Amino acid sequence: MSIYDVIFYLFAILTIGSGYLVVTSKNIVHSAFYLLFTLFGVAGLYVLLAADFIAIVQLMVYVGGILILLLFGVMLTNKVTDVKIRTGTIHIIPAVIGTGLLMGVIVSMMLRTNWKSEPGELPFTTTYGLGRILLTDYVLVFELLAMLLLIALIGAASIARRDNE
Amino acid sequence: MYELLKDIFGNDIIAYIIGAALPLFVFILPFALFAVYLERKISAFMQDRLGPMRTGPYGLLQTIADILKLIQKEDITASETDKKFFNLAPYLVFAGSYAAFAAIPFSGMYIGSNVDVGIFFIVAISSLVVAGLLMAGWASNNKYSLLGAMRSAAQIISYEIPTVLIILTIVMVTGTLSLEKISQMQTAYFWNWMIFGGAGWGLTKFLLFPFMVVAFIIFYISSLAEVNRTPFDIPEAESELVAGYHTEYSGMKFAMFFLSEYANMFAVSAIAVTLFLGGYQSPFGYLGNTLGISWLIPIEQLFWFTSKGIFFVTIQMWLRWTLPRLRVDQLMAVCWKYLIPYAFVNLIIVGIITLL
Repeated sequence: MSIYDVIFYLFAILTIGSGYLVVTSKNIVHSAFYLLFTLFGVAGLYVLLAADFIAIVQLMVYVGGILILLLFGVMLTNKVTDVKIRTGTIHIIPAVIGTGLLMGVIVSMMLRTNWKSEPGELPFTTTYGLGRILLTDYVLVFELLAMLLLIALIGAASIARRDNE
Repeated sequence: MYELLKDIFGNDIIAYIIGAALPLFVFILPFALFAVYLERKISAFMQDRLGPMRTGPYGLLQTIADILKLIQKEDITASETDKKFFNLAPYLVFAGSYAAFAAIPFSGMYIGSNVDVGIFFIVAISSLVVAGLLMAGWASNNKYSLLGAMRSAAQIISYEIPTVLIILTIVMVTGTLSLEKISQMQTAYFWNWMIFGGAGWGLTKFLLFPFMVVAFIIFYISSLAEVNRTPFDIPEAESELVAGYHTEYSGMKFAMFFLSEYANMFAVSAIAVTLFLGGYQSPFGYLGNTLGISWLIPIEQLFWFTSKGIFFVTIQMWLRWTLPRLRVDQLMAVCWKYLIPYAFVNLIIVGIITLL
């Protein structure tokens, strides 16, 4: 067993275990904190797949941005922290059908995809390639996303502004 | 580095674990012990006192005695805390600040992980600290802790924006995210440092110089705020919030917060040094090159890196005992109304100069 196997299983257990705890925990703040470990574990798996830039963006956007916002939202909203979430099982038959269908689609996709199983040449860095693609082939999507974020920012500022100013 | 450890221990798993623990025991723990002593001495001299004098010569053993006391202390957990997260939070905070050391180039020979996205990694991993602080504040089930954690998180997130904008200007000039490459670009003498416009003697160097100084000042101010040091230490303002997010912690868990604070102080100084002041490069050329002894160069680099870092840590302490604390609204105003616009303008001007 090499060091990569050890690290892979550590991150896999972290991701799956904390993901399970996110859905089963009764306290909403606990769920949010467990989500931190799930997102961190996914970032670790990206690193093992030689996608360093994606891994860092995962950390930056999800752990540093969305999760912190989520925590702020939950903590600052009055009385949400005391709400007990129901984690019991209801509507067993439709749930089994739904998840069974989803599972079937995922498994069939997994079996049909032509995975690259031979050890290919791993790129040392993905930053240059990503940057080039973003500013050539996907420049329209990139710019549209920037516009969308700018609109969201202006919208948030105008909602938060006081009326008398 | 890892090859050497692998040869010694024969097993790569053990070698990696030891390699990962090395900076902690060789550098951070002794540094924290030394820095706490230094801080107490500096504050004492600035207030015309003597500071710790009793334990050992000039009180040199004072912090070691303090650590021994903290290890022996009872670990108090209040009954209404959220036990699991209360116990986890200090380690999460420390993990966040320790992870940054993985990408810091201490010398040409020793860098934990020479990743190509080094500076981006450091910015991203520090978000674990924010999550840990929120966890500590919330799990303590104490209004002072929660308020301190909220303030701290809001402050760190806000000041991340000017920091990242300044890092972006440096990345635009150097064209790389790798801290190792940024250090190598500033080799030889001090006029090649980024704060003096980088290597080369073109017109751009003289045009860049004033904007690099502005960038350095903005970066230093916002990095002070990111480690919650005075004048930006409202998250743990004693007069308002007892001790902020670590009010409820005692014994070793308190020591973990303390350790991560001092580790963070060195980490931000190290990043400022690497980005602007030549990283591990010597300002006057190397003695090893002059004498023809090649193994001396990495040691010299380590010496220069740590002394530059400790210099900026000392400036942080000096500021702490000189400036009063800002109010919450002033703190946010400094960030959003002054630092971010200036950083943006600086970014645009540096971008235009780089295009020339």
